[in-house]
Amino acid sequence: MCLGIPAKIVEIYDEGGLKMAKVDFGGVYRETCLAYVPEAEVGDYVMVHVGFAINVIDEQAARESLETLLEAGLIDEKTADHLMPD
Amino acid sequence: MRYIQEYRDADAVRRVLDEIHRITTRPWVLMEICGGQTHSIIRYGIDQLLPDQIELVHGPGCPVCVTPLELIDMAIAIASRPDVIFTSFGDMLRVPGSKKDLLQVKAEGGDVRVVYSPLDCLKIAKENTDREIVFFGVGFETTAPANAMAIYQAHRQGIGNFSMLVSHVRVPPAIEALLSSPQNRVQAFLTAGHVCTVMGYWEYEPLAERFGVPMVVTGFEPLDIVRGILMAVRQLEDGRAEVENAYPRVVTREGNTQAQALIKQVFTDCDRKWRGIGPIPNSGWCLRPEYAEYDAALKFDVGDLEVTESPLCKAGLVLQGRLKPDECPAFGKECTPRHPLGAPMVSSEGACAAYYQFGRYSK
Ligand code: SF4
Repeated sequence: MCLGIPAKIVEIYDEGGLKMAKVDFGGVYRETCLAYVPEAEVGDYVMVHVGFAINVIDEQAARESLETLLEAGLIDEKTADHLMPD
Repeated sequence: MRYIQEYRDADAVRRVLDEIHRITTRPWVLMEICGGQTHSIIRYGIDQLLPDQIELVHGPGCPVCVTPLELIDMAIAIASRPDVIFTSFGDMLRVPGSKKDLLQVKAEGGDVRVVYSPLDCLKIAKENTDREIVFFGVGFETTAPANAMAIYQAHRQGIGNFSMLVSHVRVPPAIEALLSSPQNRVQAFLTAGHVCTVMGYWEYEPLAERFGVPMVVTGFEPLDIVRGILMAVRQLEDGRAEVENAYPRVVTREGNTQAQALIKQVFTDCDRKWRGIGPIPNSGWCLRPEYAEYDAALKFDVGDLEVTESPLCKAGLVLQGRLKPDECPAFGKECTPRHPLGAPMVSSEGACAAYYQFGRYSK
């Protein structure tokens, strides 16, 4: 129940006044409510819980936190490239 | 899949584990609050790759496990009514009540349906205007935005044949109760990443300070978890007790303020009994009086229910991190996922189910 799953927004539409989206969980498509992430756009990754996106995944923060690992020598360049594809 | 695969990179996980080994000088006890994290830890064997001095104890963050037996029995009574379509997340169907579970109600002809989103219930309500649709609204702060929205939309659209049996629980009061207990052994917490996605982590700052206990917001993939552990151990070794964020791609300090606003509009704080643990003051959310007409507990009079727990089940101790699942005498014997005696053996977030599923039979 608390295990959110990241998904990519592929289509946004309105349903009865609610902002909804079709999202892609790596090949499995489902409907998700975007009411709590009004800023989300097609192509964004969102964290989805029981049919609701509860946040947009912050690409910048993801990169920065991996860079911290890189700087601390906890991952090497090769792994970093794999972790941070362009 | 993006944001999943890369956080399972074995080489990166190993290096972080090496660093944990390098910096650990003393024994430390850490608790992961969230049952989803317990499953990741046991599935990837992370606990077995840590230095011997570091003990991970599993916390009460399994919504299915802590939903009070009285409410499970009430759900079963409501679901058995012929005029009701009872809807729930799948996990709740096999949770043992005093006499049976919801799956048995379904087998006996009850209309019990698993939904993916609480919004599905509103569709069912509109299609079945002659029936009462009841949703089992359980969960921590993570499911609250969805449940609050279902109530809010039902109200807005004037849907009168929908109600919710609410059993919401909140993490910070549970941490406070654990830390206030004289039996407490936990020295640092990995706080639940997705609870914090909704609520942020500012609520944990006064707790970390008051009890002098480090708290690290942690995600669910192996690299996220070892990173959370590394940050917590580093704080312990340095003698610091702060709230740190090891999951910044998803969690911010303030959380999702729009979700918080709707939760506040629909729910209000209330005392809540946690199954196996007992009452914790102010640890739950109930519907506000303005939304009382959507409260299934008020709408349906189920009479007096007599509740009885299995005398063999030690779930309360497991949920407080005082007993490991495989130390329960019934584990894998009288109690298995096929014949569960307690909720932690059923739920995909239950510690007993994690130990059973990933073959942790012996100590
Ligand atoms: S193994 Fe079964 S009986 Fe023992 S604590 Fe877990 S759920 Fe209860």
